[in-house]
Amino acid sequence: MSLTTAHSVVAPSANSKRIAGVIIVAYALISIVPLLWIFATSFKTPPDSIAYPPKLVFQPSLEGYCNLFTTRTRQTPEYINSLGPATGLCDATVRKRNMVIAGPSNFLPRFVNSLIIAFGSTFCAVFLGTLSAYGFSRFKVPLADDLLFFILSTRFMPPIAVAIPIYLMYRELGLSDTALGMILLYTAVNVSLAVWLLKGFIDEIPREYEEAAMIDGYTRLQAFWRTVLPQATTGIAATAIFCLIFAWNEYAFAALLTSGTAQTAPPFIPTIIGEGGQDWPAVAAGTTIFLVPILVFTILLRKQLLRGITFGAVRK
Amino acid sequence: MADVRIQGVTKSFGDTVAINDLDLAIKDGEFVVLLGPTGAGKTTTLRLIAGLERPDSGTIHIGGHDATTLSPAERDTAFVFQQYSLYPHLSVFDNLAFPLRSPARRFPEEAVRRRVEDVARMVRIDHKLDNRSTKLSGGEMQRVAIGRALVRKPAIYLMDEPLSSLDAKLRADLRLELKRIQSELGATMLYVTHDQIEAMTMADRIGILADGVLVQIGTPRAIYSEPANLHVAARLGQPAINLLPAGLLPDGGAPTGTKTIGARTEHLAIEKATNGHADGVVDWVEHLGDQNHLHVTVGTKKLVTLTDPDTPLAKGDKVAIRYIAPLYFGSDGQRLM
Repeated sequence: MSLTTAHSVVAPSANSKRIAGVIIVAYALISIVPLLWIFATSFKTPPDSIAYPPKLVFQPSLEGYCNLFTTRTRQTPEYINSLGPATGLCDATVRKRNMVIAGPSNFLPRFVNSLIIAFGSTFCAVFLGTLSAYGFSRFKVPLADDLLFFILSTRFMPPIAVAIPIYLMYRELGLSDTALGMILLYTAVNVSLAVWLLKGFIDEIPREYEEAAMIDGYTRLQAFWRTVLPQATTGIAATAIFCLIFAWNEYAFAALLTSGTAQTAPPFIPTIIGEGGQDWPAVAAGTTIFLVPILVFTILLRKQLLRGITFGAVRK
Repeated sequence: MADVRIQGVTKSFGDTVAINDLDLAIKDGEFVVLLGPTGAGKTTTLRLIAGLERPDSGTIHIGGHDATTLSPAERDTAFVFQQYSLYPHLSVFDNLAFPLRSPARRFPEEAVRRRVEDVARMVRIDHKLDNRSTKLSGGEMQRVAIGRALVRKPAIYLMDEPLSSLDAKLRADLRLELKRIQSELGATMLYVTHDQIEAMTMADRIGILADGVLVQIGTPRAIYSEPANLHVAARLGQPAINLLPAGLLPDGGAPTGTKTIGARTEHLAIEKATNGHADGVVDWVEHLGDQNHLHVTVGTKKLVTLTDPDTPLAKGDKVAIRYIAPLYFGSDGQRLM
């Protein structure tokens, strides 16, 4: 009989492990239900999507995705019959509802706007955050504590509290409804988080690494690039995910400051209207596609996030 | 290789004076060990030479050139840190090659590979060149750290307690290897430690640091047998030197002004009291295997010496004690001649 399993104080017992497992699985299931519901709705037909009682089993349809990417006009059946054979799956689908495709919808450009603005602002926030965090971590910055507190204080109130001054400023500066304006705004909001998070990570990297590199003939910037950055990847990945999620999901400023060319996906998706009410399958399809980049980004960086724990050849 | 000359260097951190008016000259090819307790200023001395700290006053010359205000990269020193600061994201090979690949040097990759392989053999890590540096044992990591310094041929090697985090056996092995490598290369080396055995066995000269002041510097022999003062005497010798007040034991021949007498094992003759005269009582005999520590109470003082493993003395025995040319210290702690 093993000594450790008898009455170990530190190792969880088999029973408590089982209970913990059940709780975690239950939580995961509850969390994923809304996502699954959206995913399922995106493949329903509009009547199925609002059927009562809700349909758990249904004939999958791509109508939601077709409606998401196109604009359509209603036509008489005679006119539709006079047209040639349908040119694609979507064409055929909408013709059943006495519609013809009039052109592409705004979803794709809005989605691209979201990509540009979210990734652009994330890059800027992490870039600035890494350099400032390194500066605060390694150099004697005058009033360092006060500066760090000031940086943190920009997060004391919800960003939307300053919406009106920002709206007025952006109008004066011509930044309203521009990608540059949105990138600047999200960078400003995220950079404080980035500085604080990254300072913690960089503080953990012993100075000896850079000092050794500098003695070996590297300049400080080269030493930073070759020794600090590779070891800060974990922190940088974590920070980037936080920044990206904020910028990607942000709704209020996007709704206020963008309306046309620079509009992002969050304020666009709710405006998808079908005939005789909200086109729920199209909205669900937009939401499903909208979730993909964050999912991919997080899964790609998952390894970086997990790797940090057993890392480091410095003995403390 | 080159000589290093430190003149009148002072360095403070806030209100703490880490180094006070230090003068130290290290000759080309010399192995100098700085010995002192924690906080004596040993590491600061190394960092000043490497250029990681700027002196408040004084000058540092490396190879005859004034290096006082040069950046670390311009000084041509190599540093082994106390903690093995290997780059965890690089393999053993890349760790060793790191100094050679610096933009300031630009060696062809083929020369880098040859040099790294030579050094890896020298520090006996050549069988693990492709390993991740995090997948090594403590001794291997430290050998890589030393190897990373050896791949270059700098003006001076600076080593900051490179063996202190290793276990005793490994420390003894690496101590020998390091000394062998140093004499093979004819390297100038400044080595910092608080381990007196490392200092005694490796050094051409030992410098004793206390509170940022270089108290004495000389050959291991001179430091051991002619310590300048009580502090230096107490740093060397195992068991530690016995410091007894003058007059406790018969001390004919003590110079005038003697306040303290320093007696190591070789300064004491201890035998069983025979004719009724006894100076002390054996407290206890500590068996170490190849030798014994003999604890003796003399009046209110206790003293410890080495004795043979087959000593006839036992707990409770009364003993007669005689000095054999011990060390005499005045009231200011300085040794008297």
